[in-house]
Amino acid sequence: MIINHPLLGPRDAQEFTYLGDAALIDRPDWQGEDAQSRFYEYLYLRDNPAGTHRELWFHEGGDRSWLVVTRNTVSHEILQVELARDVARAKGRSK
Amino acid sequence: MHDLIATTALGEAGPRADRFEGLSIAENPDFALVSVAARLDRQEGLSAAMKKAFGLALPDVGLSRAKGALSAFWTGPDQWMIEAPHDSHEDLAAQLGAALGENASVVEQNDGWVRFDIEGPRASDMFERLCPLDTRRMQPDAVSRTSIEHLGCFVLRRDAGEAFSVLGPRSSAGSLHHALCTAARSAL
Amino acid sequence: MSQTHRLTGGQIDSSRVLNFTFDGRAFQGHPGDTLASALMANGVRLMGRSFKYHRPRGVLSAGSEEPNALVELRGGARQEPNTRATVAELFEGLSARSQNRWPSLAFDAMAINDRFSNFLTAGFYYKTFMWPAAFWEKLYEPIIRRAAGLGSISLQDDPDGYDKGFLHCDLLIIGAGPAGLAAALTAGRAGAQVILADEDFAPGGRLNAETLTLGDATGAEWAAATLAELSGLPNVRLMTRTTVIGAFDHGIYGAVERVSDHLATPAAGQPRQILWRIYSRRALLCAGAIERPIAFENNDRPGVMLAGAMRAYANRWAATPAHKVAVFTNNDDGHKTAVDLLAKGVQVAAVIDTRKDAPRIADCELLAGAEVTDTRGRLGLKFVSVRLADGSERMLECGALGVSGGWNPNVHLTCHQRGRPVWNDQISAFVPGKDTPPGLTVAGAATGAFSTAAALSGGSKAAAAALCDIGIKARAIPMPRAEDAPVSLMPFWYVPGGKGRAWLDQQNDVTVKDVKLAHQENFRSVEHLKRYTTLGMATDQGKTSNMGGLAIMAELAGKTIPQVGTTIFRPPYTPVAMGALAGRAVGRDFHPTRLTPSHKWASEQGAVFVEVGNWLRAQWFPRPGETHWRQSVDREVLATRKSVGICDVTTLGKIDVQGTDAAEFLNKVYANGFAKLPVGKTRYGLMLREDGMAMDDGTTARLAEHHFVMTTTTANAVSVYRHLEFVRQCLWPDLDVQLISTTEAWAQYAVAGPNSRALLQKVVDPQFDISNEAFPFMACAEITVCGGLRARLFRISFSGELAFEIAVPTRYGDAMIRRLMQVGAAYDVVPYGTEALGVMRIEKGHAAGNELNGTTTALNLGMGRMVSKKKDSIGSVLSEREGLNAPDALMQVGLRPVDETQPITAGGHLMRRGDAANAANDQGYVTSVAYSPCLGHSIGLGFLKGGGDRQGEIMQLVSPVTGTNVEVEIVSPHFIDPEGERLRA
Repeated sequence: MIINHPLLGPRDAQEFTYLGDAALIDRPDWQGEDAQSRFYEYLYLRDNPAGTHRELWFHEGGDRSWLVVTRNTVSHEILQVELARDVARAKGRSK
Repeated sequence: MHDLIATTALGEAGPRADRFEGLSIAENPDFALVSVAARLDRQEGLSAAMKKAFGLALPDVGLSRAKGALSAFWTGPDQWMIEAPHDSHEDLAAQLGAALGENASVVEQNDGWVRFDIEGPRASDMFERLCPLDTRRMQPDAVSRTSIEHLGCFVLRRDAGEAFSVLGPRSSAGSLHHALCTAARSAL
Repeated sequence: MSQTHRLTGGQIDSSRVLNFTFDGRAFQGHPGDTLASALMANGVRLMGRSFKYHRPRGVLSAGSEEPNALVELRGGARQEPNTRATVAELFEGLSARSQNRWPSLAFDAMAINDRFSNFLTAGFYYKTFMWPAAFWEKLYEPIIRRAAGLGSISLQDDPDGYDKGFLHCDLLIIGAGPAGLAAALTAGRAGAQVILADEDFAPGGRLNAETLTLGDATGAEWAAATLAELSGLPNVRLMTRTTVIGAFDHGIYGAVERVSDHLATPAAGQPRQILWRIYSRRALLCAGAIERPIAFENNDRPGVMLAGAMRAYANRWAATPAHKVAVFTNNDDGHKTAVDLLAKGVQVAAVIDTRKDAPRIADCELLAGAEVTDTRGRLGLKFVSVRLADGSERMLECGALGVSGGWNPNVHLTCHQRGRPVWNDQISAFVPGKDTPPGLTVAGAATGAFSTAAALSGGSKAAAAALCDIGIKARAIPMPRAEDAPVSLMPFWYVPGGKGRAWLDQQNDVTVKDVKLAHQENFRSVEHLKRYTTLGMATDQGKTSNMGGLAIMAELAGKTIPQVGTTIFRPPYTPVAMGALAGRAVGRDFHPTRLTPSHKWASEQGAVFVEVGNWLRAQWFPRPGETHWRQSVDREVLATRKSVGICDVTTLGKIDVQGTDAAEFLNKVYANGFAKLPVGKTRYGLMLREDGMAMDDGTTARLAEHHFVMTTTTANAVSVYRHLEFVRQCLWPDLDVQLISTTEAWAQYAVAGPNSRALLQKVVDPQFDISNEAFPFMACAEITVCGGLRARLFRISFSGELAFEIAVPTRYGDAMIRRLMQVGAAYDVVPYGTEALGVMRIEKGHAAGNELNGTTTALNLGMGRMVSKKKDSIGSVLSEREGLNAPDALMQVGLRPVDETQPITAGGHLMRRGDAANAANDQGYVTSVAYSPCLGHSIGLGFLKGGGDRQGEIMQLVSPVTGTNVEVEIVSPHFIDPEGERLRA
């Protein structure tokens, strides 16, 4: 596969390490009331769709950026590639 | 002055050089290397400090730029490597640290890397056996990190001609040298 | 015997002779020959024995689709089985052998299988070797493997090298026949970066095999002229002997280039083959078409071959399988074979055409509406039986029969991404569907456009369209005048009636009856049909046979062929040598090797090295007279604990962590707190995964307010760095923290033992006070050594002794170890390796990789209290899960044998005394063991249920692996200096 890196352009997926569902960005609040169950869901209960999926890829053999890749898991078509840091900030993550 | 004698990354007293038809591979131990990463929201301050102290404008994504003895290349978002001759700039990290202050995190990388300078019209015939970079169509002054035989390496195009540098992890200098020479023998 | 079946002309260099052998007999051929064409020219029709029945077989095709003529090439370590003689380029000295026969090709004892063919039908193995189950592995499989194998391998290391490589292009053109050449010319002239790949050594495709005219030139002449122009274009890369084997995601194609297969041995340094990964913006498949046979009784006799192949041999290689031949066809194209062979002076007994209204094209007898019903000839064709239109039978004498059932477009690569071909009634064949891999288009015969004119114009237009699609200006170019005959064909798959066997898949010995049996037994889906009968398996993947099987299944099931459908086409298109897949990654080149800064020095000391990940580390340093590794290791441990020892610990991961939020960042990634760590101090940190399991551990030093250096274990350096970047970029993107690895930049040595300070004082520059008061346990500092070299000093201890780690820039690492050893001589300093390191950490009760095994929590490791509840850190929430905190949770303990002469066994499990030794009574397990030279007996670390409160308990340690059961006492894991007095000395 080819991942169109937002900074570097098209790069072979072989340069990347795959982590999984981009929902891993949505780490729950550790002081939340139901933190235990929220963390449990965060870590273990994730979707595995046959179709469009947002995934985390790490450009380990490149610029060390974490990317959020929106990919069709059936056709492998890649619809969007974003810097994970931008995605995290857009979701309100900060310090 | 201390009395310890340096060895090259290949563990020898002097650098290694190999010649092939249309290609030379020469270890170049004379480089100081320092990683400079902008502190959060200090990119502009870093650029300005760099320009002021060394007259060097930090290059954009995927590029390198030289000014005097120093050159900089992009390595990641808000992150660069600064190169200079080692013999004259062994303390480059200290110099940069002093000049950049709180604008950047400065880390000495002098000895983290091995550098091979590759020159000759057949250079790309060797690279195509090693890495997915299209070195024939790399812009002059382009830099890219890629994997060569599982080693994360920087490949720098040094000018519009067929001059490249490969910077790879120093502990694997022998494996990288072996990979370059094997590919060169195979391709040439 | 000379070349009795060599004709005139052809594209061989008959002025030069190449000597070769087949089954030990010497033959001659010419440059330009394949092994198959050279054997044919020498009158050899019998080239192999079939897989199952050991039937005599000859060549069927003239290309990579060949099912029959599989031979063993070369000898010694280069012996290569199952090579298709039709694509093996002849070279001087080639030695080839037939396969699957004993004692000889002409007399094969296993041909007895043919007599028992009634038993060996479809599903034979499944039905016969059902029971008893135990017999399968010990009896049935070995016998079947011996009987059924094809070629044999040398069982020696391949002496040749293989390469991998990466290529980039705007347009990849797959196949250099008329369509591919026209496409390449169009794209090449437009200035695009073009790769033109063809599996043949002589590009041109059917232009080389047919008697065509293109304008004023022959097909072969036009191909040669076009190739000459293309090779002059710097933007066109012409790759011959290169098979594109697969169409992968996003325009990536795999290709195997056979660089040296046509040479006796590769030139020095040259690879045998290269596996290319081609990055294309667009690709154009011009793979042509493959002829399909018609099944009839005994249609597998040597001499029966595809009609197009027969004329390819005559036209391109000037070889004929016999001096008198016949043709059996259901279409006009088959007649060309008769025309071409007549023109070469070969007798043609008749053209037998299944169509009643067959046109007369060749100047020989035409038997219209006739069918071949049987053949005769023990080791090669002598007669064919023909059922004429009026129902009468006639025998025709001929030594070869060219068969044509029409042509199948070569759709293979269009289906590599789940694409399905669609049926075209006009040519009675599947053509590419619309769901080809993105970026791939098709031209020429591969689309079902079978005329030369259509191939030329189609190739040019498709290339222009593909380039325009990516913004490169191109347009179709004028092509020379060429034949443009329509396809005229009546579908005809097999000759019905008769009691004998009509062969569909000659490679796997599958007959028409086998397909009928599969249908009868309800294996009707094409995928079931394939597995049940083996139709379409092995090296040719049914390129010539699948369609016949589908047609028969369709007929039996009362469906159309497209309703039955095809099996899925998967890469590779043709077989790929394992060597090509491995590339250079063999032996010591399997992965890169990492050497420590002291490697050269350690080698000089005769160190024994061990692979730790990619690192080579000194395992121990044997001294003269030491014959067992334990002697060396025990000595290193005792000498270190008594005086001082030095160990290269450069391999530990070092990550530079800087920024105004660096301390806060460390607070988040470590379970314990770092915010209050003073500058100039080092702290042990335990890193958890989010699920609460220990991920890694190490010490982190605070060199300045906003500057830390973290160490990781050797094994986890890469994964920890990745994790830290994840935390930094994805979880807390606004923390001001910057990371970079410095593992390689510093040579780091542990100097351990009561005299370690005294030793270091001889190298540390005098202005730096490293006394216990000025530089206490867990201190760190940036210092200088040896008169001004910058260095880092950490007072940390893995051994439990007074110890330091000293780091200098790596280029001085070699000089530093020599200096440390030199100044340490006064203290009888010893170097120690990873074994002594391990012994000392077990004696001290430090957890390492065996304990941080991915299933252990901080609690298990005896560090439960380190997990801070006052801050948010990775893993802190889930480490509080009830199940992980049960009262009987595993806890790290120490183990000592009750009988001190007994060893403790790694991997053994702990049971209560008196309990039966079974899994139900399992109380825990042993993770690390060592012989402690200080204590004089074996010791171990392990995990035990509720182990914190069980010190003094005697348990049985059971190891089913070694069959031992030893009594052990549960003790503190800190065997040496539990109070830590030594390391604070």
